[in-house]
Amino acid sequence: MNSETIENTISIRNLKLWYDDFEALHGIDLDIQKGKVTAFIGPSGCGKSTFLRCLNRMNDRIPACRVEGEILLNGQDIYAPAVDVVQLRSYVGMVFQKPNPFPKSIYENIAYAPRIHGIVKDGPEMDELVETALKRASIWDEVKDKLQQPGTALSGGQQQRLCIARTIAVRPKVILMDEPCSALDPIATAKIEELMDELKEEFTIVIVTHNMQQAARVSDYTAYFYLGDLIEFNDTHTIFTAPANQKTEDYITGRFG
Amino acid sequence: MNEHTFKRFEEELHELKAKVLAMGGLVEKATKRSMNSLIKQDANRAHKVIERDHAINALEVEIDDMTRTILALRQPAASDLRFIMTTIKVVTDLERMGDLAESIATHMLQTEDNPLTQVSSLQTLSDLVLAQLTEALDAFAKGDLEAAMECIEGDKKIDDLYSSMQREYLTYMMEDPRQITAGLIATNIGRNLERIGDHAVNIAQMVVYMVKGKEVRHVDVETAAALISGNPEEEV
Repeated sequence: MNSETIENTISIRNLKLWYDDFEALHGIDLDIQKGKVTAFIGPSGCGKSTFLRCLNRMNDRIPACRVEGEILLNGQDIYAPAVDVVQLRSYVGMVFQKPNPFPKSIYENIAYAPRIHGIVKDGPEMDELVETALKRASIWDEVKDKLQQPGTALSGGQQQRLCIARTIAVRPKVILMDEPCSALDPIATAKIEELMDELKEEFTIVIVTHNMQQAARVSDYTAYFYLGDLIEFNDTHTIFTAPANQKTEDYITGRFG
Repeated sequence: MNEHTFKRFEEELHELKAKVLAMGGLVEKATKRSMNSLIKQDANRAHKVIERDHAINALEVEIDDMTRTILALRQPAASDLRFIMTTIKVVTDLERMGDLAESIATHMLQTEDNPLTQVSSLQTLSDLVLAQLTEALDAFAKGDLEAAMECIEGDKKIDDLYSSMQREYLTYMMEDPRQITAGLIATNIGRNLERIGDHAVNIAQMVVYMVKGKEVRHVDVETAAALISGNPEEEV
């Protein structure tokens, strides 16, 4: 895997992170491939969500948090002083555990960010962008007749797909998903998983999940984290059939603690 | 290896393994008994083998049901998945071996007092095959890679002995055409033994997969050995 020659890959080099004196990540090296789904798994507190949030600098908002090392997005260090974090987050979008649509109409949920980023102006162009985003997130048919209704009135699964539509409306390169299905029922979960499979053609997806079967189902690559270390990273097939590391083996098979 | 956090699952895996080994024990016994029925010219033993094949078949069905349940309810992964896969394949091999032992017993009953079944090379073949079966089952029981490889390598000896035995029977039949029926039956018995040996190798190959996650079916012995010794994985 040569990160320098693969476009749109995130390359992480010796990433360390502290919360005050506590070192939560002990020097992570990892390459995330373009157009693939990469899953982070590991027990609670292993650092996988912390690591995910480094990828679009969400941890900046935590004052006690300090980051060292390099994260290169398309070869650019995202922690460089000149980086505009708002711009960065439009390149690296995020979908959260609990669906969090804006308390606005379905239409406005999608149109809000493209408008402030100046991607398109209101009018027919914006209508088209909203429609495209909702279609890409496989929710258009369910909401096309009620675009002016509040997004919060949708079901949990629909809200999550609305949030995914909102994320892709600003045309990111990477979508980070932090436990995107843990608040959803199996059918809504299946729809999101199906959607991930479609979206990876266009976007690089990184997902944190506690559900190992979900990681097995949706991801091309899997990274196993434990106590702030990246224990094993490989293609998902290998991780789930013949992992190299005993710690991974124990976690995958449920022999934990 | 650590115990499963979910104790019941751990127990199910142990139960499953015990059942497979019990089935293996029955197959060993059937093979031994069918050969003893020949050597000792004891029809009673042959009848016993035929009567008791149903116990082997019943275990196959029971074990398949257990593996099905584990797959559906536990979604095993990694070494557990490889163990389950191995079990599914091993049970099929064991059932076929049981049928082959039964076939030997049937042949014995067809031609009691067949002097050609007393030929020493047939007995040597039977000893070798039984040793292979025991080695394969041991390898499965202990997850013993070395024993599995010895079993895989041991197949050549059996194949060589089987072909020289065929030539031997051919000579007897050419010398005395009245011996042709007896010769064909003895050859068939030899072939049954040889095939039991092949199934033992199948089991050993699955044990390699179970232990190492490496596929060594349908490759020659040297390639298999290289696949096993090549150990690119390192502890991080």
